[in-house]
Amino acid sequence: MVFVAWVLLSNLPALAVLGGDASTLRDDQVHMNASLRSTEMPAYTIHELRTPAGMVVREFASSSGRIFAVSWNGPSPPDLRQLLGSHFEDFRKGAEAQRDRGPRGVFFVQHNGLTVQIGGHMRSYVGRAYLPDQVPPGVRADDLR
Amino acid sequence: MKFSLPLRFGISSIALVLLGLQLASCGGGSSPSNNMIPPATSGNNVQPVVVNSGPANNYANGIFTSVTVCVPSTSNCQTISDVLVDTGSYGLRLLSSAGGGALTLSLPQQTSTGNPVGECAGFVSGFTWGPIKTADITMSGEHAGNVPIQVVDPTFSTVPELCQAGGVPENDTLQTLGANGILGVGPFVQDCGNQCTLTGISNPNWYYSCAGSSCQVIPMPLAQQVQNPVPLFATDNNGVIVELPAVANPVSTLSGSLVFGIGTQSNNTLGGAAIFPIDSNGNFSTSYKGQTYPAFVDSGSNAYFFLDSNTTGIPTCPSNAGFYCPASTANLSVTTSSGSVSESINFSIADADTLFSKSTNAVFNMLGGPNSGTFDWGLPFFFGRNVYTAIESKSTPGGVGPYWAY
Repeated sequence: MVFVAWVLLSNLPALAVLGGDASTLRDDQVHMNASLRSTEMPAYTIHELRTPAGMVVREFASSSGRIFAVSWNGPSPPDLRQLLGSHFEDFRKGAEAQRDRGPRGVFFVQHNGLTVQIGGHMRSYVGRAYLPDQVPPGVRADDLR
Repeated sequence: MKFSLPLRFGISSIALVLLGLQLASCGGGSSPSNNMIPPATSGNNVQPVVVNSGPANNYANGIFTSVTVCVPSTSNCQTISDVLVDTGSYGLRLLSSAGGGALTLSLPQQTSTGNPVGECAGFVSGFTWGPIKTADITMSGEHAGNVPIQVVDPTFSTVPELCQAGGVPENDTLQTLGANGILGVGPFVQDCGNQCTLTGISNPNWYYSCAGSSCQVIPMPLAQQVQNPVPLFATDNNGVIVELPAVANPVSTLSGSLVFGIGTQSNNTLGGAAIFPIDSNGNFSTSYKGQTYPAFVDSGSNAYFFLDSNTTGIPTCPSNAGFYCPASTANLSVTTSSGSVSESINFSIADADTLFSKSTNAVFNMLGGPNSGTFDWGLPFFFGRNVYTAIESKSTPGGVGPYWAY
């Protein structure tokens, strides 16, 4: 059933993913069968989606509505293809450059204006992806949780 | 439900607590612990472990052991060396010879309505894919019978699209896995747990029934999921202790012990260790400069992974961007806590590019890197500190698991 939903996804319009527009958040909510709650912060708005599978996704939107960061935590790895949108291929390319004696237990990718940090452990996966050039002034990486 | 994201605008100060005197006392990366006793070396519950560069010679701070698997209820067995000891996962996974691993023993396949069952298991550094099989497992004098394990095998059926949507690489070869397998001896019994027993959109898509090259998600009963073998032992089954000596400088190899049971024998008493109960997700807390972060203890992580450069003031490395490269050794002080129990931890981070400049070294007590708003107490935390992992629902002299103690 979930598999069918994923296949259909490829025919849907662009979702409110990293670098996209918050106005399509309702599509995410429907696709992920999630609850949605929005919190206004001084420099941005956090749209928090909670799925039936226990995944919490936070999308950080600038005052213009552009999503400059997403973060997640939950019992399974998230669908990064969905969350990263057009930046997913940049992530895949950056991920290929892993080296001998590299980090084990975290995953860190900086590629083509994209930063992705993945951490956690089995049954508890956390991470964030952001576009450093689009983060509003004064907002720190540590705020993107 | 509490929702708060603290705002901390402005430029952070250089966030290093300079505690230069801390280093001398325990030989390096971490502060002395109140339970520093030499690793146990004898007993029917003591399994030797070694920290080195692993079977592919590409690991930093990899902790490995040997595991014997047998076709259930037979003497048809194989001992697999260089299996990663991982307190951050649950269950045994062995790399097949098809993936370049050591496992050649043919084990019985688990099936669902006649089709082989496969699994896409989520690890942070990459997923493992392959069939679920059943084995008897022996380590030191301990035995667990009929245990579901994963055989990591890139040639099994076809990796489902859902498995690849996580974006992390497929770690199905000796080069990518860096080990002949992973022994998950963390605080939980099954690798996935209740979520994987559900149907529909609540199922996280780990277990599949595979007809030929076509795999469909299936709900998986708890008892058929990949199992941590320790709680299945007849004795010494309430947890493990990872015991490694302190190291002062990078070395090529470090020997220690994986001890089964907590308070079940004279060689696995809690001693003066502080007990930190963990939540249903397997986390406790660590605070740094007044901010509290989720945290966990993970022998399968190969460094102290915490925070980010902006928050810590420690730059990442020019050539190894996943690690920190401070201009001079950075000394940090944080507090680990759970409920009313807390303990201050002092640790040090050195320049990873410099640490890696000598190619024969594989044990690094001051290796650190950035993370995602989380403290991951990886293998350097274990050096010179006996770390206890108590398994969920199991009784110990320190209370019922799950908890960490050190």
